[in-house]
Amino acid sequence: MTDWGAVLLVAIKGFLALGAIMTIIAYMTLMERKVLAFIQVRKGPNRVGPWGLLQPLADGIKLLFKEEISVSGADRILYLMAPVIVTVCALLPFAVVPFGKGIVGGKFLGVPLDQWALGQGVLADINTGVLFIFAISSLGVYGVVLAGWASNSKYPLLGANRAAAQMISYELALGLSVVGVLLLSGTLSLVGIVEDQDRIWKWNCFRQPLGFLLFLIAGSAEICRTPFDFIECENELVAGYQTEYSSMKFGLFYLAEYGHLLLLSTLVTTFFLGGWQGPVLPPIVWFSGKVFAMLFFFMWVRGTYPRLRYDLLMQLGWKVILPAALFNIMITALVLTLIY
Amino acid sequence: MNEAQEVRTETLMLNVGPHHPSTHGVLRVLVELEGEVVRNLTPDLGFLHRGVEKLAESKTYHQFLPITDRLDYMAASYNNFAYCLAVERLLDLEVPPRAQYIRVLIGELNRIFSHLFWLGTHAHDLGAITPIFYTLREREEIMNLFEMACGGRLTQTYFRIGGVALDLPEGFEDRVRAFLRDFPRRVDEYETLLTSNPIWMKRMVGVGVLSKEDAIALGASGPMARASGLAWDIRKTEPYSSYDHFDFDVPVFEDGDVYSRYLVRIEEMRQSARIIGQVLDRLPEGPVLAEEPRWVIPPKEKTLHQIESLIHHFLLVEEGFHPPEGEVYVAVESPRGELGFYIVSDGGPRPYRLKIRPPAFVNLESLATMSRGRLLADLIAILSSIDIVLAEIDR
Repeated sequence: MTDWGAVLLVAIKGFLALGAIMTIIAYMTLMERKVLAFIQVRKGPNRVGPWGLLQPLADGIKLLFKEEISVSGADRILYLMAPVIVTVCALLPFAVVPFGKGIVGGKFLGVPLDQWALGQGVLADINTGVLFIFAISSLGVYGVVLAGWASNSKYPLLGANRAAAQMISYELALGLSVVGVLLLSGTLSLVGIVEDQDRIWKWNCFRQPLGFLLFLIAGSAEICRTPFDFIECENELVAGYQTEYSSMKFGLFYLAEYGHLLLLSTLVTTFFLGGWQGPVLPPIVWFSGKVFAMLFFFMWVRGTYPRLRYDLLMQLGWKVILPAALFNIMITALVLTLIY
Repeated sequence: MNEAQEVRTETLMLNVGPHHPSTHGVLRVLVELEGEVVRNLTPDLGFLHRGVEKLAESKTYHQFLPITDRLDYMAASYNNFAYCLAVERLLDLEVPPRAQYIRVLIGELNRIFSHLFWLGTHAHDLGAITPIFYTLREREEIMNLFEMACGGRLTQTYFRIGGVALDLPEGFEDRVRAFLRDFPRRVDEYETLLTSNPIWMKRMVGVGVLSKEDAIALGASGPMARASGLAWDIRKTEPYSSYDHFDFDVPVFEDGDVYSRYLVRIEEMRQSARIIGQVLDRLPEGPVLAEEPRWVIPPKEKTLHQIESLIHHFLLVEEGFHPPEGEVYVAVESPRGELGFYIVSDGGPRPYRLKIRPPAFVNLESLATMSRGRLLADLIAILSSIDIVLAEIDR
């Protein structure tokens, strides 16, 4: 019986977390538009609701009511599946990201809170959390590639080609740039990584500056943000793999794109900025503050930089980021061996 | 198309345009891709063809003037400029000095206007979404200046055969000076954002190289030619409308790549601002329209008070004037390059034949030469660096 109660509680917790994430994603679009507007000396959305606060809602409704168009000759099943795969893969990794401090001990509805991470600020504290995230986000590439292929159109095909190459290359660099952090904390669990950074000087951005930088760059490339937004690349490929998608299918891609951005920000916070750790203020405030600072950083970059060229990005990935990440691992390992 | 289907090569034929975000209008480029490498390309023109040259044959010389604005709408007055100069040479008509100076002033404002928009869209094509808002902010002020001078903002039709339509309004000079005070700082701002940005340079340096020989052979002109090391600017080589009274430099770069074209245009904006400053300092007093009742439409007050002017006005509007027989070609340095009007007159009130040499059309010829063997992303950068205006190309 206790098990069923626990399942129910986990389900409620998951539901709440999902709702929170979706809401944040919706409002990230507004934030991005407002931040870009601020950078670009204009006002941004200000018609729907005060300060444009209802804009995400209006956008969502608009997308739902748009006519659904699908391309003749498209592989219908794959065509419909692609946005679903992309969205699911963008949302799943949030399950292992810790957003607050755990409550140790105690019972709720007869269920001990330390069971199944119920008392913790995380949905599932699995001991291979980092691997889980990379595994799921790698699966996301399938969605993009299938979208490009199933659309039966040339621009999406080119976009999907780029996406496959770019995401696979940077997956590697991204993974390697975190290894330094894993060596330091000695665990693959994200909760463990956060708990390891319990003092400000122990935040990994200070202990792993190179790893931090590489993670930011590789992360931007992995989620295809400016200056690495080749797979959409409005000016070359119209809209990349999304070109032939309309209505809510496009909405799902859009959601996934911002989901990735949010995920990257939470991961940077977790791996390098001490997660929810911080003095005085409650953990959730620290966590959200850091995440939003990272979001602002990525939006700022988008407003400032031109786009790199695709082949240059691959060169950067294989010739600069990857060796640098390996170098970082070696140095970290060396220092750790010498100290302990 | 058919050949490619028969041979079954593995290249991909990609339609870039006519409604692609980066073709700046309705240009269609048929690109043959191998992976992402451009093997060959064919621009397909004519989506915006309005038969402007043919239209000229059914309009009197005065009537055709507003249509020239619709050629290169990014520098509308410069089309007026070329057309008016051509007709004036046909008529052997002397334009009063004040009008000449005002034309230079408006022409150079047009150049800045055009280059600003180019810079914004070019940066946007390379993925930098912000600069266009900054350049549009400055362009807006120039539009306001145009509006103040003549009422028109984009297509001004400020020039007339024999001068300009109106004298500069009161307060115009101060406003231009205020603009000039701000402008160099603003250009510095763009340069801070872009010029030595490593990504910006990686996308442009060495991309789309057009050698000096190719530039000459393909008839490239304007910033395209000057970026390829050809020090050729009609304002210097054959000064028109008192350009020789002003002191300015013609920026020339040797590399012939997209980056050089960017640098040329940035420097041209600064030089144009310099010319405008000099025009304001030395603006002579006097009429702004030649006193030549046979050819020049008299000002409105005169037609209301003098019967002769009313008759001239009536004749010029109803019938048009009869220029001497002959043919004339006049070229000016528009923001895009050599803009030429070739007019054949048979002595009638309408041109027997009018041919326009649009700089962007000729510059577009070099697109394939510059793009072969480059990546698709480079094609976009190269296309944008030519600074095409489709209304002018298709006419």
